[in-house]
Amino acid sequence: MDMNQYLDIFVEESREHLQSLNSSLLELEKDPADKGVLNEIFRVAHTLKGMSGTMGFTRMQRLTHHMEDVLDALRNDRISANSDMVDILFKCLDALENYVNTIVSTGDEGNEENKGIVDALADILKKGGLPTKSAKSSGRKAKSKPSDEKESKEVEVAQAEAEAAAGSEIGLVELNQYDINVIRKALEAGMNVFQIHVEFDKGCLLKSARAFIVFQILEKNSEIIKSVPKVEDIEDEKFDFEFTVVVVTSNDQELFEREINSVAEIAGVHILPVTAEMIGVSAEEIQETAEKTGGASRPEAEGVAAQTAQETIKKAQKAGKTVRVDIDRLDVLMNLVSELIIIKNGLDNQINAKDSNAWSESIEYLERVTTNLHDAVMKVRMVPVEAVFNRFPRMIRDIARELDKDIELKMSGEETELDRTVIDEIGDPLIHILRNSADHGIETREERKRLNKPPVGSIYLRAYQDGNNVVIEVEDDGRGIDVGKVRKKILEKGLETPDIVETLSEKEVIDYLFKPNFSTADKITDLSGRGVGLDVVKTKIEALGGTVEVETRMGYGSKFIIRLPLTLAIIQALLVKIGSEKYALPLSSIREIDNIKFSDVKMVRNREVIMLRDMVIPLVRLNEVLEVKDAIPDEKKKYLTVVIVKKGDKLSAFSVDSLIGQQEIVIKSLGKIMQGIKCIAGATILGDGNVALIVDSNSIAV
Amino acid sequence: MAKALGKERRQYVVFQIDQQEFGVDIHKVSIIEKYMNITRVPTTPAYIKGVVNLRGEIIPVMDLRIKFGLPSKEPDDDTRIIMLKFNDIALGVIVDSVAEVVDFTEEELESVTSITNDRTLDYVVGIGRIGQRLITVLNIEKLITELTERE
Repeated sequence: MDMNQYLDIFVEESREHLQSLNSSLLELEKDPADKGVLNEIFRVAHTLKGMSGTMGFTRMQRLTHHMEDVLDALRNDRISANSDMVDILFKCLDALENYVNTIVSTGDEGNEENKGIVDALADILKKGGLPTKSAKSSGRKAKSKPSDEKESKEVEVAQAEAEAAAGSEIGLVELNQYDINVIRKALEAGMNVFQIHVEFDKGCLLKSARAFIVFQILEKNSEIIKSVPKVEDIEDEKFDFEFTVVVVTSNDQELFEREINSVAEIAGVHILPVTAEMIGVSAEEIQETAEKTGGASRPEAEGVAAQTAQETIKKAQKAGKTVRVDIDRLDVLMNLVSELIIIKNGLDNQINAKDSNAWSESIEYLERVTTNLHDAVMKVRMVPVEAVFNRFPRMIRDIARELDKDIELKMSGEETELDRTVIDEIGDPLIHILRNSADHGIETREERKRLNKPPVGSIYLRAYQDGNNVVIEVEDDGRGIDVGKVRKKILEKGLETPDIVETLSEKEVIDYLFKPNFSTADKITDLSGRGVGLDVVKTKIEALGGTVEVETRMGYGSKFIIRLPLTLAIIQALLVKIGSEKYALPLSSIREIDNIKFSDVKMVRNREVIMLRDMVIPLVRLNEVLEVKDAIPDEKKKYLTVVIVKKGDKLSAFSVDSLIGQQEIVIKSLGKIMQGIKCIAGATILGDGNVALIVDSNSIAV
Repeated sequence: MAKALGKERRQYVVFQIDQQEFGVDIHKVSIIEKYMNITRVPTTPAYIKGVVNLRGEIIPVMDLRIKFGLPSKEPDDDTRIIMLKFNDIALGVIVDSVAEVVDFTEEELESVTSITNDRTLDYVVGIGRIGQRLITVLNIEKLITELTERE
């Protein structure tokens, strides 16, 4: 069966399930007696197992199965949860996530068996006074909860197909291209391929246990490449009194006949050697390749399956980027598009009517619809920050355990929405800041006790919308930034001379933390302090069109404030003229526009500044920065038009020749050749088809 | 035209700059446009004239006269912008006029060692002959890759 079309859904849903498992496990750790959470975990794990089984990701399925055993024991009070156990379960989730990631990039789950985790899980059961399970406990799953219905239905379908395939008794089971490739490779390598059909006594009671023994024999002597029904279904007793497997082996037919027949309650074993002709490959072809490869020796054939798997990986579809969209939002889009069509028809009728009133009315209507359409499309791209936030509780827990600190993460505003592209990029910077807070900010237990602080350190992660921006704050109640220490560091690194360091304000000193290779950590821990850090955070956030600031108070903690634009592709901008050229300034960074008398332009420390309502604001001559040659000289102007731009809490005044007006603009990239131009953030296309550049006010402002 | 000698014939778009004839591989030409309004981009080298809007896409445009150190010339009715594309990177080049499409085999392109001594030499694949005419075939890959590595 070709499963590729379901791959995207599988990946998406697996991630959701893993995420929900992560948060449930955290809850469980807090309250190990909570049966509701346990049941939820069990249910999700079970679904995950079913899903991976259906997709044929057996390693993933096996791991979830072992995990489920532990969860089941927990649920039945045979063992009780503790942090170490939760640690192992978390590791299990990480391993599962790795499988999913491998599936995303290669289309296959890879070869990692995660033996260590499986053993650890088995250990838990052992320590809980339980024998490690040999034959799988059955029945339980069949009786599971109603929520499993979907899964079992899928299994039933698979089984029905399997039965249909097995119906032809002695004939070859249905093989897909992958199986055929494996068989072909095996034959080329001179291995034997057998189809083994096993029938149990009709009176056999523990048929899955019997099947298990048969599988053990098979696994010992060969490699099973196909099983009908699937191994998992056999384990769960979801099969009649017979099953068929295809194996690749270096052993001969007699060995299997003898060994399998030695198992009790077996009614019959039919072994059918699979030949090249049966899989539609001519024997000569195989002979040829076998000669070419110099007749690959037998032991090597073990790797044959892996090798062919690798080949299919390359062919396998890769999972793409998707956004889940609320159906209501799509309805809005649909409605707007139908309105567009109505307008178009209206305009068609008016072409001959020459009624200019109706014409401009239609244009206004059109404008309204396109604005709404834009809004609606942007909303489709919006994703709640929860998508990034939800992995942090787990992360903070792990860090806290690693550092042996008590840390609680308090989150709010998870429903705040951001553009999908921003969501994808913002994770790493946030991880970095959170780690910083946990590692450098929050004190050790003893220190907190000594300082009379609450024993559990708190990190707050907040998101909220503020005008056209989304603000994300990371605040901790730890020790705060030692500004004196940073000053010392600036001197040590020789970044500034002592007299300049003296004059730096607290804010300016803290800004140095965002400079490359600037780490104040006394000791290098695994988490932070390796000199790559906040500068990367800053670069990333600025690349997204955002800003980052820090507020701190010694002894009371620090707060990182990240501001991000709501959307990326379309912005409100002010169009200005400098000489004959037109430029766009993002409206979000503009505070006000003023006409300044030339007498209010002063020189301070060799820099031009303007005096505005008792404020001294540095003046930036845009025509100079942008190298405009035909700008209007001051002498020809009555006053100086300035656009006051804010960067963080600092203001700059940009001089322009004249204002054109406010406009919604679509941001276009300048492409690879032009990237890296400091003062330009992008380009846009104006109504007349000409290109106007977007001024990067952040990099120009002083 | 020279006879085919078993070798694969490639087509080249021939254009003129300052009385000289140049050729570019036709597979790297996406479209040829009339001269249009170019928006200057600050802090770029002089040979980058700016960017143009080509059906919603922003494309940088290079003045080959400046790049090759030839005297500059005001655009006229014959001026064309040849839109090139290599490795998904688009670049427009301003030329005096576009003449025709010719084909050469690889063997027919003479290598250049001492024929020219100007700045074009770095970007030349070879010289093709059509009767008395000499057509300098340009290395577009190099021209474009070099721009992206400028940073």
